[in-house]
Amino acid sequence: MIVLGIETSCDETAAAVVTGGRRVLADEILSQLEEHRPFGGIVPEVAARAHLENVDGILARAMDEAGLGFTDLDAVAATGGPGLIGGILVGMMTAKAIAAVSRVPLLAVNHLEGHALSARLVASVEFPYLLLLVSGGHCQLLVVEGVGRYRRLGTTMDDALGEAFDKAAKMMGLEYPGGPAVERAAANGDGGRFALPRPLKGRPGCHFSFSGLKTALRHTINGLPPGRLTGGDIADLAASFQTAAAETLVDRTANAIAEFRRLHPHLHAKGGATLVAAGGVAANRFIGGRLSDLAEKEGLALVTPPPHLCTDNGAMIAWAGIERLKLGPAGAMDGGLDFAPRPRWPLDPDAPPVMGAGVKA
Amino acid sequence: MGTAAIGQCMTDSGDRNPSVEISLPDEAATKSLAGWLAGKCRVGDILALEGDLGAGKTTFARAFIHALGGGEEEVPSPTFTLLQIYELPRATVYHFDLFRLENPEEAVELGMEDAFAEGISLIEWPDRLGGRPGGALPGDRLEVRLEFGPEETSRTAWLVGHGGWATRLKELRGLKDMTLE
Repeated sequence: MIVLGIETSCDETAAAVVTGGRRVLADEILSQLEEHRPFGGIVPEVAARAHLENVDGILARAMDEAGLGFTDLDAVAATGGPGLIGGILVGMMTAKAIAAVSRVPLLAVNHLEGHALSARLVASVEFPYLLLLVSGGHCQLLVVEGVGRYRRLGTTMDDALGEAFDKAAKMMGLEYPGGPAVERAAANGDGGRFALPRPLKGRPGCHFSFSGLKTALRHTINGLPPGRLTGGDIADLAASFQTAAAETLVDRTANAIAEFRRLHPHLHAKGGATLVAAGGVAANRFIGGRLSDLAEKEGLALVTPPPHLCTDNGAMIAWAGIERLKLGPAGAMDGGLDFAPRPRWPLDPDAPPVMGAGVKA
Repeated sequence: MGTAAIGQCMTDSGDRNPSVEISLPDEAATKSLAGWLAGKCRVGDILALEGDLGAGKTTFARAFIHALGGGEEEVPSPTFTLLQIYELPRATVYHFDLFRLENPEEAVELGMEDAFAEGISLIEWPDRLGGRPGGALPGDRLEVRLEFGPEETSRTAWLVGHGGWATRLKELRGLKDMTLE
């Protein structure tokens, strides 16, 4: 089974070819090509036009790398949402054209499902498992019951953690993307120097709130002597921010583990429970270390997909398509060539909404 | 519920862009101002939300959307997605966040022109559109600028009327010293 995956729902133009045997035959991401890294960082491809200009080239590279033609494929999978409608349209139209011309099935994949299932592309993770999805655009805790079956335990009421890292970096004068920049700056800092809040820590539930932490960092910076921040100040601010973020994440994830345990008591009794940490923030080693400590204490195995699978990529979209195909008719998604892009597409449509209740940080 | 004190209405007839300064002692006051403004808005209105990181722009937008009948809506930060759309009973609200944009041209592809015509638009980081005359930021808009106040929780809001909003904002003069509930 061979599936082509196309991802264009947000910043990345990406395409990958993956087999049912978990072999990644090609995995092309525009921002990782040398010629698209003029400043050494990610170039946001927010504009649909940018996706349109690049998707053909990325596709050709992926098919060349895999050494395959479109008619060799068992299906074409493309992100159908959630995300920016313009980008999704480009990916879907491209996939529809390939599907129609080459007479292979089209699979519209939920971008979040791609992240949710990516751990199974690199490790033998059985359903159900607990997923912490923490990236620039998302911050959620979900129980992955099976392909297409997700129970959301918590989400952010305001900012995603990756976004909070980016904005913290901006306030400290560090570069974009903020996650790696803050992690580097924090390496030599004192995480106890500045008393930043741990939003929602100690409170029941699994929701997140990071807006208050961001604002508290702003006030802390404003309270320092005027003028440029010193290197020592930046290191201590970064370490204090990262520590506060990690402690909040661990606290909420601990509550989610308790809930997961309540939902699946037998799994824990036999010691087969797994926590998957996915999304760009999961690549932060300090946070990864704290999550690892938590998982060990709670008796769960921690699986973190490698960084290139944590950020947006085509391989996870291809893999989600394979997971669907493997289920046969039961995994069939609505749509096919008639699929209309969905800017909003929650993994768990039945989750009770969480209000931005003005969490006091 | 917080109270928002309106003071120093500098709305002289000769002032091209009249402005109103509103003191917001806490977050609840920011929300009540947003809810009150939501009641004054109609399809086609554009609110440009300005202010530094952490000033409360998204908090303002969230309260605005909830006040328009979106009480059951989750209103996450749109920084990453650039745009969140809320189809509410009274109007569709387009919540833009242009923080990540590097070129004003990129905004065109977000479908801003259509949004401006079809719904109520809330725009965070409108400066990314380029502030020059003739830029993508429409002439008819209410600028809502949030600044940090003397206390950690306090803010000062400046409402500045541009284009048609100049006249509409002047109607606020009658609200001097009124308490927003």
